[in-house]
Formats: sequence, C-alpha cells, structure tokens
Amino acid sequence: MKFARDTWLIFQRQTQLLLRNPVWVFVGVFQPVMYLLLFAPLLKPALNAPTQAAAYKIFVPGLLVLLAIFGGLFQGFGLIAELRAGVIERSRVTPISRLALLLGRSLRDVVSLLVQAVIITLLALLFDLRVFIGDLLLAYLMLALIALMTSAVSYGVALKVKSEDALAPLMNTVAQPVLLLSGILLPLTFAPGWLQAIADWNPFSWAVDGTRALFAGDLGSDKVWQGLTITAVLAALGVVWAARQFARSVR
Amino acid sequence: MIETRGLRKSFRSRAGRETKTVDAVRGVNLEVAEGEIFGFLGPNGAGKTTTLRMLATLIEPDGGEATIAGADLRKDPAEVRRRIGYVPQGGSTWDESTAREELVLHARMYGIGKADAQRRAARALEAFQLTEYADRKCKTYSGGQRRRVEIALGIIHEPKIVFLDEPTTGLDPQSRAHMWDEIRRLRRDGMTVFITTHYLDEADALCDRIAIMDNGEVVAEGTPTELKREISGDVVLVGLDLAATPQAAQALDGEPYVNKLETADEGGLRLYVDEGATAIPQVLRRLDQAGLDLRSIELHRPSLDDVFLTKTGRSLRES
Ligand SMILES: Nc1ncnc2c1ncn2[C@@H]1O[C@H](COP(=O)(O)OP(=O)(O)OP(=O)(O)O)[C@@H](O)[C@H]1O
Ligand SMILES: [Mg+2]
Repeated sequence: MKFARDTWLIFQRQTQLLLRNPVWVFVGVFQPVMYLLLFAPLLKPALNAPTQAAAYKIFVPGLLVLLAIFGGLFQGFGLIAELRAGVIERSRVTPISRLALLLGRSLRDVVSLLVQAVIITLLALLFDLRVFIGDLLLAYLMLALIALMTSAVSYGVALKVKSEDALAPLMNTVAQPVLLLSGILLPLTFAPGWLQAIADWNPFSWAVDGTRALFAGDLGSDKVWQGLTITAVLAALGVVWAARQFARSVR
Repeated sequence: MIETRGLRKSFRSRAGRETKTVDAVRGVNLEVAEGEIFGFLGPNGAGKTTTLRMLATLIEPDGGEATIAGADLRKDPAEVRRRIGYVPQGGSTWDESTAREELVLHARMYGIGKADAQRRAARALEAFQLTEYADRKCKTYSGGQRRRVEIALGIIHEPKIVFLDEPTTGLDPQSRAHMWDEIRRLRRDGMTVFITTHYLDEADALCDRIAIMDNGEVVAEGTPTELKREISGDVVLVGLDLAATPQAAQALDGEPYVNKLETADEGGLRLYVDEGATAIPQVLRRLDQAGLDLRSIELHRPSLDDVFLTKTGRSLRES
C-alpha cells in the first residue's frame, strides 16, 4: 500500500516534469514518425517483401524494440542531473521506499515509450499494417518489459558511475553490439551461422523474434513465450539490482 | 537528543593506479541536548559533512553507534529518517520545479496526505517569506531565496532534529543575518538544530554549544564561552604614550592578577589576565596611584580562532 502510493507519487512528479518540457514532447513524438515515413519507402525492395504491409510487419516490431532499448538506456542522464542537484539525496533521507524511487521513474519511461509505440502503430495502420488487438497488447507488454529493464539498468549504472562522461561511452558500448546482433533493423534469417550463434546469446534478439511473431499473428509460436519469459526475468533482475543502488548509493 | 559513540568512516579513492584510504571521520563522540543549536565548526575536509551524512542515514558508518531522537541509527534507520530533517550542503531543489511543488512533494514523501501537504507548504512559504515567489521555477531564485526553500524542505514534516549543512555559505551578510533569525526561530519552535559551519563568528553568535572538528576528530567541545575561557583568559590592551610605557610596565609587573606582560613597540602594554572584567578596575587604580595618564584601555577576548589555534597548532583562517 505504502509502496504503491510512493511509486505513484514519484511517477506523477516525473511525468509532470516531462510534460513541462516541450522539446522532449516534440522529439519523443516526431522522431519515430520520421523513421516510419523516411525509412519505410526503402523497406519493400530492401526486405524483398511481396507487399508494403508485409515489409511493415517485419520493420515496425524491430523499430519498436529499438525505441524501447534506447528510450530506456539513456534515462540515466536525467538521473545524474538529479543527483547533482541534490534531489536524490533529499529523497533518500525521507522514509520513501527505495524501490519506489526507481520504479516511479522507470514506469514513467515505460509509459512514454508506450505512447510512442501507439502513435507508430496507428500510423503504420494507415500504411496497411494489420495486427490482431490481442497480439498487439502482448507485443506492448514485451516492449514495456524491455523498457523497464533498460531504464532500470541505466538508472543503476548512473548511480554507480555518477557522471555523464562515464555513462555515455558505457551505454554506447553496450547498445551497439546488442543492436547489431539482435536483427532489430533487419532480420537475421539470412545471417551466416556464426552470426546466428552469437545472436542466440543476445536476449534482445529473442525479444525481437517474439515481437515479430506477434505482429505476424503467430501467437502460438514458441518465440512468443520465450521472448516474454526472457525479458520478464531480465526486467525483474534489473529492477532489483537498480533499487539496491538507490538504497546504498554514496554520493 | 543525539548521542554518538566512536562513529567512523573511511573512503577509498583511486588516484591513477594507487588506491588511497581517506579516514574522513575517526571516532566521533557527541552529545547534543534537546532544543539546542549545536554547531560543528571545522575547516574544509574536516569530516563535517561525512558525519552529518552518517547521522542522516545516507551513508553507513564503518564503526560506532548513534542514537538519534531515541532511534538507533544502525538497527532502525527508517525510524531515524522519520524523525529528522536534513538539508544538504550543495542544494536540493530542482531547477524546473516551483518552491510550492517541491514542498508538497517533499511532505508527501514523508507519507503526509495531499491536502495536509498543501497546507504545510503554504504555511512554510509564509514563514520563510517565500509566498511571493512560490509559483516561480526554482532556477529563477536568488541564492538566498533558494537556500530558504531548502531549509523549508528540511523541516516540512516537523522533525525533532534538523541537520543543516553550511546553511549560510555563499550568502551576503544581510541574508546571513536573516538566516540566523530563521534558525533561532526553529529552536523557538522546539526543534533541535545541528549546523555545520566554517565561520567563526557564526559558531560564536548562533550556537549554544559547538564541537570543533579537525582531520576527522573532535578536538574540543563546549559552549563558545567555555571554550574560549578554557584556553587563555583575556587580554587587556593598555594604550599609553611611549614615554609613559616603561613606568607603567614597572607599576603593573608583579601585580597578582597579571599573568604575563608585554610591551608594544609603539607604546602601550598587553596584559594577560584571567578575567578582564575584574582586572580592568585594578589596572586603572594602580596606574592612577602611579600618576600615569592612559590614552585607552581595551578588553580583548580570545576568539574561537584562538581556541582552534591552541588545539591544532593552525589557524582556522589559514587552513
Ligand atoms: N564519497 C567520498 N569519496 C572519497 N572521499 C570522500 C568522500 N566524501 C568525502 N571524502 C573525503 O573525506 C574528507 C572529509 O570530507 P567532508 O565532506 O566530510 O568534509 P567537510 O568537513 O564537510 O568539508 P567542507 O567544509 O569542505 O564541506 C575529505 O578529505 C574528503 O575528500
Ligand atoms: Mg561539508
């Protein structure tokens, strides 16, 4: 009860500050739209897809997972600014739940990601993408879990390194191979065996496959439950670890 | 109200390839009574902030114990948090929020309901003369206004004890004087106030009791008056013409109340005495008897800097 209330309090505050920043709202909404409008025309020929709709079924889930990963991974920068302003220290002297300090922030990131995801999906519908609502909701769940994990990890790392100069290269080094080896932008169907083998160790690769299966209407596919399980476990681990950083962080 | 026994903390920091250990706080014993303004005086790096952060549950001590407002720091940090307020040295407000929002949020972090939090925020804004700026973003405030918001945040839940880390650093003399009034008001409202400072005059004028800290240790503790009396007694400066000085020195040398006598080059005497107030009339009488005219007489009380000097061998102004 107290925990839910504390989480809501932090979530409200963070959301309010986010909405107050017009630049963020602009970037957050228009960036994905640009991807869709400027990248999409290249898709059909590039993916060798029979129709535009088929190309979207492959590209849109990848784009959404990409947004979930990056939307989360770079949230740590905001936290470092808060750390520097003394806001975190001030929160940590109150009896507020440490998990709530993390979760309130991460949930804000999840919600803002989902808003982006809905906008993209609606736009893609205009381009003849068709997906069942139940499948779509499960795909959103997957995205929410990914964003929860990456944002929690980003917050945890931010509390550990405490400086933008250390956080930026760290996040880039993590993000780049993860991105290249997950088949996010282009599926790895035609990748050579060794590349496939590496990708099998990349949890995001499983998440992308699962999301693609959902967009393809293939609810029964093993990839769906595998992707969901892997992201759920990783999200839980990320949240627990990051909340512990909130509990013990030394300036 | 606060009792600490052997509180210790060291930090490991890496400089290049070497790891160095800094013993920031090495065994601090303190007792702070209810309703007093207790001051922690010391130079940069003395360990004041580190001690405060331990008492405020922000970092875990390496050793030692503390009881704060009846709660045990190690066994029940959550209860300690409920009973204290803490205002960090480096600020604690967010540029893009308003003072009112910050106050309401902070009250709610203590579990206070929304309506009550709003009432408290309004009351605090008024008490700290912030109503006029209450709904402006914090980044538009002056240093003094912002410091007042931060202190208001620290006491929004009416704690028994509030820790203020250098509440007046960076303020102009007028804002400092105002801040002192605010702090005295907190004590009047029944709060115990624990402040850190490296201003001698602040420790002297504002604090009921002080502890002088240097290099992670408390080197002296007591009321400012006690501490100053403890070291050297008073100095009486007697202003005389150059010609009259030797005669006066002869007359006063060997008087029982004079511990030590020095002659100034430009004329005049420095008399070291136990108690200036009783020595001065006797000096006046003695010089009168000797038929000497004096130009001035001045009582110089030792400052806290003199205390610091005798305890550490350095002047606080230099360090
Ligand atoms: N997180 C930390 N890591 C490493 N060393 C630290 C850390 N925090 C403090 N120190 C060191 O501990 C010592 C005491 O620092 P502290 O901040 O307590 O001093 P202070 O008395 O508050 O000084 P000031 O008047 O400058 O605020 C310093 O030598 C400082 O460098
Ligand atoms: Mg300090």
